[in-house]
Amino acid sequence: MTALATRLPSRFLPVLATVVLFALTFGVGSVRYDGFASGQVIANLFIDNAFLIVLAAGMTFVILSGGIDLSVGSVVALSTMVTAEGLKAGWSLPLVVVAVLLIGSTLGLLMGLVIHKFDIQPFIVTLAGMFLARGLCFLISVESVSIKDSTVRSIATAVIELPGGVTITYNVVIALLVVLAALYVLHRTRFGRSVYAVGGNESSALLMGLPTARVKVGVYVISGFCSALAGLLFSLYMLSGYGLHAVGMELDAIAAVVIGGTLLAGGVGYVLGSLAGVLVLGTIQTLISFQGTLSSWWTKIVIGALLLVFIAVQRTLVRQRPS
Amino acid sequence: MTESVSPIVEMRGISLAFPGVKALQDVDFRLFPGEVHALMGENGAGKSTLIKTLTGVHTPDSGSVLLSGDTVAFSSPGQAQHAGISTVYQEVNLCANLTVAENILLGREPRRFGGIDFPAMRTKAAEVLTRIGVHIDPASVLSTHPIAVQQLVAIARAIAVDCRVLVLDEPTSSLDAGEVAELFRIMRVLRDEGVAILFVSHFLDQVYEISDRMTVLRNGTLVGEHLTKDLDRRALISAMIGRELGTLEAIEDASERLSASGPVLVHAEGLGRRGAIAPFDLEIRAGEVVGLAGLLGSGRTELARLLFGADKADSGRLLVDGTPVHLRGPRSAIAAGIAFCSEDRKGEGLVADLSIRDNLVLAMQAARGWSRPVPRKLKDQLVEKYLAALDIRPANPDALVRTLSGGNQQKVLLARWLVTEPRLLILDEPTRGIDIGAKAQIQQLVTTLAAEGTAVLFISAELEEVVRIATRIVVLRDRHKIAELDGGASVDDVVELIAGEHVPEEVAS
Repeated sequence: MTALATRLPSRFLPVLATVVLFALTFGVGSVRYDGFASGQVIANLFIDNAFLIVLAAGMTFVILSGGIDLSVGSVVALSTMVTAEGLKAGWSLPLVVVAVLLIGSTLGLLMGLVIHKFDIQPFIVTLAGMFLARGLCFLISVESVSIKDSTVRSIATAVIELPGGVTITYNVVIALLVVLAALYVLHRTRFGRSVYAVGGNESSALLMGLPTARVKVGVYVISGFCSALAGLLFSLYMLSGYGLHAVGMELDAIAAVVIGGTLLAGGVGYVLGSLAGVLVLGTIQTLISFQGTLSSWWTKIVIGALLLVFIAVQRTLVRQRPS
Repeated sequence: MTESVSPIVEMRGISLAFPGVKALQDVDFRLFPGEVHALMGENGAGKSTLIKTLTGVHTPDSGSVLLSGDTVAFSSPGQAQHAGISTVYQEVNLCANLTVAENILLGREPRRFGGIDFPAMRTKAAEVLTRIGVHIDPASVLSTHPIAVQQLVAIARAIAVDCRVLVLDEPTSSLDAGEVAELFRIMRVLRDEGVAILFVSHFLDQVYEISDRMTVLRNGTLVGEHLTKDLDRRALISAMIGRELGTLEAIEDASERLSASGPVLVHAEGLGRRGAIAPFDLEIRAGEVVGLAGLLGSGRTELARLLFGADKADSGRLLVDGTPVHLRGPRSAIAAGIAFCSEDRKGEGLVADLSIRDNLVLAMQAARGWSRPVPRKLKDQLVEKYLAALDIRPANPDALVRTLSGGNQQKVLLARWLVTEPRLLILDEPTRGIDIGAKAQIQQLVTTLAAEGTAVLFISAELEEVVRIATRIVVLRDRHKIAELDGGASVDDVVELIAGEHVPEEVAS
């Protein structure tokens, strides 16, 4: 990829912009607040956003293929609910994990099939999926269910010590593994390259003899799987299951992917960009909490402004591209 | 390329219908190894449909496709490619966001340990590119190259597999002379390697230069298969656009209506637009049917779009009733009494999801302006009048336009313009792809309108139709107006002009 970078700087421009933005926001924080520029603050960025990183990785597949998945936040909530209730009912941890991942992937598969077979806008289908999953949560329980299982609690609180006294949780390890896997699949497998091809030009991809159906359904399965996995991480993070968990998180995931330089039209973007996007969102949140007096809603205002700027920048980049 | 060699592709009795249109009817087609076979025909003749039937995009309603003597039924382009049939389409059907190497090898990348082996992929892509003499960096992104190079990359993709049949659907439309020569060199190399090449082009010079054999289609039916050396240009053009096969309702001979024309309505002086149509002079009188004849790409539609203000002229001027008008766009043309029935009735003309009534009312309302609503009674009257006048079926004003056949959609489009009571009606291919009965009705309507004093500019790829109903014929070639013939001209006169074999005396200034 480094050889590519020297040859095609313009393609990496949006990702580079995000990385620069991350460095800038972090730099501002380091100058203004004591203790901001510490390894643990960076580690906390990952710890507090591990589930979002996983969500964004799945969302990157969907958006690269030219689609969108609005159901991910609700699937996270449903996963926390199944986890909490499952553990309460005495299921073993591996069984809970398998069940949650299966439910998420199946929901994704169903939505993908509907999108493909009936040729319906992904926006509408995943909107339906969003309501469905959210509704299922409350069918299980309307209350917040706390997780009391001792194994789970010990995993949740376990830390890994890195050199320099910085600690991270297992959530971070899993999130980073997901990013690595996504990188491999997107760049080293036929499926991954077909995702880019379908997003670039679906009818061309079909005429080139690529399995467009498998790609279009597959990305929603991946997104569903990632949502379920993110839900498991979120359960560990919150130690509870609740139908009102992760409300609007699908929008955070989409925002991270777009700020990370992935074109909403599909075909262009990188998982690492989405990772950088999540880190930018996290840094802004950290900045505002360090500031102390600002309302936390300022996070949303800044994210909104950033999104607008990034979409405008993408638009100009696309216009410059010869079609 | 002797007859004793058996064909690699044989298509027998292929028929295929789309809603409202019979795209192919009982078409036979053969393709031999080691030949370049040109598939000829005007727009809508069924060339692309036949190709897509061969490459697995469409499945024929009846008929069979044989590859090396075995019946095959491809349900996707991927299957056809797997069987050795590669296709390069008119528009570059590649993914511009990926690299050249990926575009050549996507779906069949070399792999190592389960992952794509990028160095091997670049090496292999470079080999294929070298084979056809293209020297570009396989790792560069496709969108950074001009269209012509992208087209060559598409060919590289087609031959990167063991390809026995190469289909080139108008590959030259975006290439300049040097690039075409390069493409032909590549085609000859492949032909000599035994690849069967199916070639489609609207440029006759190119067809005669490269092809060994041709098959001519018209209106979805097979006209004939000939060796290129046995079929001269005149005979080819006649076959493509000449004789109408079916019987049409008798329409009075155009020459008998010569006296009908009134005062000059529209007068173009040196009107032209660079890259679309060279400056031309044209007078259209009230009550006249002016036919525009010429091959596809000769500038027929472009000329009409200038008169309608859909494109801006960059030279000359346009006079309506002797007064110069400046057309800023279709709206000012409509205000001047000019109507334009577009060739693309689905894309530009009708709102398919609205009813017949709503489509008619839309045009009426646009003509009246938004501040003067159309009274319900007037609406019903007009809708009823045009349903009857044009014999639109079903005669139900609430039927959705989408559900009508092609011919009836065309009639609704016509009716839509007629409610605005235009003085000049421009009809671009009004009879394309519709059945013979509707065709005759539309032709009849055109002559009736002219008799009532409307000026009509009639564009059609079917020469016989133009000759039959036009009182005057303007002939276009290579985006130039080359001649103007009066209504007594025959199909042969026009064919001769289009083929450009000699320059007749009647050539207009």
